[in-house]
Amino acid sequence: MTAILTLTVLVLIGISIWQISKMFDLSQTERNTSQIANDKDNNTQGKLMFAFLVFIYLLTLYSFYAWGSVLLPEAASEHGSQYDNLMWISFALIFFVQTVTQALLHYFSYKYRGEKGKKALFYADNDVLEAIWTIIPVITLAGLILYGLYTWTSIMNVEENDEALVVELYAQQFNWKARYAGQDGVLGDANVRFLQDFDGKNQVGIDATDPNGLDDVIVQELHLPVGREVIFKMRSQDVLHSAYMPHFRAQMNCVPGMITEFAFTPITTTDEMRQNPDMIAKVKKINKIRVEKSKDLVAKGEEALEPYIFDYLLLCNKICGASHYNMQMKIIVETPEEYEKWIAQQPTFAQVIQ
Amino acid sequence: MSAVAHAHEEDHGHHHKETFMTKYIFSQDHKMIAKQYLITGLFMGIIGIAMSLLFRIQLAWPEQSFAIFEVLLGKWAPEGVMDPNVYLALVTIHGTIMVFFVLTAGLSGTFSNLLIPLQIGARDMASGLLNMISFWLFFLSSTIMIASLFVEAGPAAAGWTIYPPLSALPQAQPGSGLGMTLWLVSMAIFIASSLLGSLNYIVTVINLRTKGMSMSRLPLTIWAFFVTAIIGVVSFPVLLSAALLLIMDRSFGTSFFLSDIFIQGEVLHYQGGSPVLYEHLFWFLGHPEVYIVLLPALGITSEIIATNSRKPIFGYRAMVASILAIAFLSTIVWGHHMFISGMNPFLGSVFTFTTLLIAIPSAVKAFNYITTLWKGNLQLNPAMLFSIGLVSTFISGGLTGIILGDSTLDINVHDTYFVVAHFHLVMGISALYGLFAGVYHWFPKMFGKMMNKNLGYVHFWVTAVCAYGVFFPMHFIGMAGLPRRYYTNTNFPYFDDIADINIVISLFAFAAGAAQLVFLYNFIHSIFYGKPAEQNPWKSNTMEWTAPVEHMHGNWPGEIPEVHRWAYDYSKPGQEEDWVSQIVPLKEGEEELQH
Repeated sequence: MTAILTLTVLVLIGISIWQISKMFDLSQTERNTSQIANDKDNNTQGKLMFAFLVFIYLLTLYSFYAWGSVLLPEAASEHGSQYDNLMWISFALIFFVQTVTQALLHYFSYKYRGEKGKKALFYADNDVLEAIWTIIPVITLAGLILYGLYTWTSIMNVEENDEALVVELYAQQFNWKARYAGQDGVLGDANVRFLQDFDGKNQVGIDATDPNGLDDVIVQELHLPVGREVIFKMRSQDVLHSAYMPHFRAQMNCVPGMITEFAFTPITTTDEMRQNPDMIAKVKKINKIRVEKSKDLVAKGEEALEPYIFDYLLLCNKICGASHYNMQMKIIVETPEEYEKWIAQQPTFAQVIQ
Repeated sequence: MSAVAHAHEEDHGHHHKETFMTKYIFSQDHKMIAKQYLITGLFMGIIGIAMSLLFRIQLAWPEQSFAIFEVLLGKWAPEGVMDPNVYLALVTIHGTIMVFFVLTAGLSGTFSNLLIPLQIGARDMASGLLNMISFWLFFLSSTIMIASLFVEAGPAAAGWTIYPPLSALPQAQPGSGLGMTLWLVSMAIFIASSLLGSLNYIVTVINLRTKGMSMSRLPLTIWAFFVTAIIGVVSFPVLLSAALLLIMDRSFGTSFFLSDIFIQGEVLHYQGGSPVLYEHLFWFLGHPEVYIVLLPALGITSEIIATNSRKPIFGYRAMVASILAIAFLSTIVWGHHMFISGMNPFLGSVFTFTTLLIAIPSAVKAFNYITTLWKGNLQLNPAMLFSIGLVSTFISGGLTGIILGDSTLDINVHDTYFVVAHFHLVMGISALYGLFAGVYHWFPKMFGKMMNKNLGYVHFWVTAVCAYGVFFPMHFIGMAGLPRRYYTNTNFPYFDDIADINIVISLFAFAAGAAQLVFLYNFIHSIFYGKPAEQNPWKSNTMEWTAPVEHMHGNWPGEIPEVHRWAYDYSKPGQEEDWVSQIVPLKEGEEELQH
């Protein structure tokens, strides 16, 4: 239905453009054949320039009104608030500059639209003005750069420590696995050469001769205890992937042949996030859309969509092949007790290869 | 200087008899070569834009059946539903064609060729032969790129950045077979073409300026083309080396970019290479490439805004300085594409610093454009509208660069639609506007005819509204965390509430596509039936308008005029007209502006 509607709209747009062109074309050949803008053109186009400024502002306002709720979901990691602060400061600045410069640009285009006999002001240089608008960006950017670098260093500085939980994220076309270090807290050595050992049961290529690896735990769903730093070690077995966890303001590429790192501390459990009023509103909205879609599907004899329940996501964010769009893993943030209980139930590498 | 010009003149003194082949096909005349570049570029542009419309259909109504897919994609769209590999192929080739074939060759190739000799007062390019070879290499590479679309397993599909190992291993995706080989061969030839062209531009600008045309009297267009050519010569060879090393990895078993790979149940022999090395090599060109695309557009805009404002460009020296500053900085910022590639975070800090510095010369340019409009007598021709539009999208798109260039903020928006929105506005749409502005402005010079202004107005307004309609909402879905290059988002119910934004974007995209048909019609129709152009329709000061409308070898009959002033004496007090051509001597007592 939507498709037909849209096609109709498109055809209409096409026809109207064609008609308008035709109209202009005809009116053109009959009178005034000069193709250079005259006073009438300048007047119309100048006013349209002003209208365009209004359009830009309205589009901005409408977008924020209609879609503002999808911007930056609530942060669920410790450094998330640092990130968000920097983001909103940058945004405020951008917003201000955008509003002012677009206004000047389009207002001048309207105000100084040409007229026969008018003479423009011969104004080629003004060192003071130019110095001002060089120095102001310099100062502003210096501030942003310093603030940005301070935040960057504090986020990216991964220090090994005994408290932190070490988790390996393992990427392959087209799924994710996670490996926990087990009792000893040390990940066993691994390499793609070991992947074929034990009839393919060695899912992430652990070196079975390394005793550190025997108690490692490999899972398809990422569980994280709340309030504890997690140091991720990323690997990939085939092509580039990128581990993107938007709610935690975390992302790092997974590169075959090397181990990359990222660390964060989750501060909100999945349950808590589900109780967040914004999240409740979002889930409600999504489920409303899904119910509508299901009606269409059922009418076509297909299955209805399942209701959506919020979960944190790990997405692949580096083009990796045909099913790139469906390479995901669920992340569950839970209390330390729940986490301990869960990890204790998972088979270790030694148990898997027996 | 005059000796050189004189020798050149004699060279062109007696004309050889021209055949159809030497005049239209294997021409060595810069004006004909410019037209060849433009028409090839436009043809590639039609393909590139059509591809984007196809994948916009898929993004708005994912995995639905469309007759147009069946017709255009054949077996790649079983029962009319687009295959995911084909989606990636379309995205890849759209990017490649638009960045390299349309906005590099189509824009820079056309206007550098047309304007450098005409605006500096030269008979032709320094080497007509190299110029001709440059075009035909470009044509060959275009042909190969188009041919790759018809390969059994499909064209390259690893994204326009073709990061290995995805691009290196045919096992990783079907597009990495013959399609990728053709992509690499095509690009290698393209680079050769670009280098020959750039060297020619540089030599011509340095050596063949007419008497009186000092560097400080050059129009800003020439400054932009000149500096663009230098960036090209510095950075394109690095992409060539990346392409050659990738070809070796693919075909000769070397391990420059590959290591420790297990794919399709098999451990590959590659050891010790790194994809991150490829990323460095690629972006060492890839980032300057943004400015290779953008600077000519800015140069064209400077010229058109000054002419149509009937005012000197504000801050000529600052404009030249900012072109030079942007060019220099552009070569030391490539790492901002790699903040989360796994390279050392300290490097990220360095690249954040250099990247955000680019905002300074960019801001200077934007403010200078705005000041040029102030108290002008604006002649709102279609070319002028596109130039003002360029400044608008350059600001809107450039500002979000402050977010993406900041390594911290990049963490969460890297490779999302936020990036897509940013670069499409700041280099895609801006450069495209530059191209259109140039075509409307110099069409009389190229074809001796005028384009229809009312069709030009329709073209501009529909395009301008749609460009914002397409790319503004993309910032929102990017901030929401939606990754780019996803075939569909239906596998993430979390993104269900942004599905309607995708429909809005697609509708604007289709309308924008339709508006380009108006331009095409106007372009082709005007070549044949346009109103004959007068010699200097826009009352412009630059030298190309002193040459006769009718094209001739050597550009000017008789001696090349001498230059006596800069290009921006518009509305100068004490002059009768609101313009004074560069070739008009100073009046008695008239002072030349010191700049």
